[in-house]
Amino acid sequence: MSERERLLEIADDELVLGWRDSEWTGIAPTLEEDVAFSSIAQNEIGHACAIYELLGEDPDALAFDRDPAEYRSAPLVELRLLDWAHAIARRVLYEEADRVRIRALLGSEDPAVAALATKIDREETYHRAHARLWADRLGDEPRFRRALAELAPYLDGDRRARTPDFAELRDEMTSVRRTAPGARW
Amino acid sequence: MTSEQVWAALAGIADPEIPAISLVELGVVAEVAVDGDAVRVELTPTFLGCPAVELMRRRVEERVRELGGEPTVTVSTRRPWTSARISAAGRRKLRESGFAPPGAPTCPYCGSTDTRRENLFGPTACRSIRYCRRCRQPYEAFKSV
Repeated sequence: MSERERLLEIADDELVLGWRDSEWTGIAPTLEEDVAFSSIAQNEIGHACAIYELLGEDPDALAFDRDPAEYRSAPLVELRLLDWAHAIARRVLYEEADRVRIRALLGSEDPAVAALATKIDREETYHRAHARLWADRLGDEPRFRRALAELAPYLDGDRRARTPDFAELRDEMTSVRRTAPGARW
Repeated sequence: MTSEQVWAALAGIADPEIPAISLVELGVVAEVAVDGDAVRVELTPTFLGCPAVELMRRRVEERVRELGGEPTVTVSTRRPWTSARISAAGRRKLRESGFAPPGAPTCPYCGSTDTRRENLFGPTACRSIRYCRRCRQPYEAFKSV
């Protein structure tokens, strides 16, 4: 796989997971987790944006205008998870896999890629610490263990196919883009 | 116009989210290059998802125009921001306004080190929430990255 393809996978994962994590804003079990999931989501979407820019593309066009078949997100991040144990299990699984691939980019021959990976890696330290805290807290809790076992296969699923949950998410992600062309924050 | 004049002007721009500290003290101004009236400024964002970056960019552009320069402001991570870029004066001003500077578990209100982390995340991407057991004061700490 080329470095460009790898970067697109990472950016798409961060974009989609950022949207999914933001679904907990306001309804997480505690106020602290409202804040944590909102902040993590904001960071992940920021990472996606920075990678899309690094690829030399308009970030909004890449994020919102592609055909679903052109996204390269992992099935894990596309799933709509309504249960807290699953939401945490996804964060735990994702952060470990993300750590490995971001670390691999630190040694990129492209200095711009290495610099961005360095930046992302430092920010992700907080996401990993958050995932670890929850993994320790839930420990052997059966609901959590079951969620981990259930979700693990989705991490390595086919990135060229979209899950059934993706269509609804994409509608939501692109609604502003579609209804107010040219709108900026 | 000289780059020193531009740096001095930028030192007067407050951070949009923590107005006690300037963009220069925060370390987000990575480079200034002046060629006649053309002024290039490179910003390096504290956090990639920071929504204040656009506002920072606009304020830098306005300030350069006030000086009579024609600004080109870029945002780049080629020199990634780290919390070590906050200047000594910046760290002092953070403390004075109730924020623990990065890497310091010390309560900015009473100076106690008997503090604990309440939440890794806070009201903006760059802050965590801590609690001082001695003066029983929750406070915000700048994240170390």
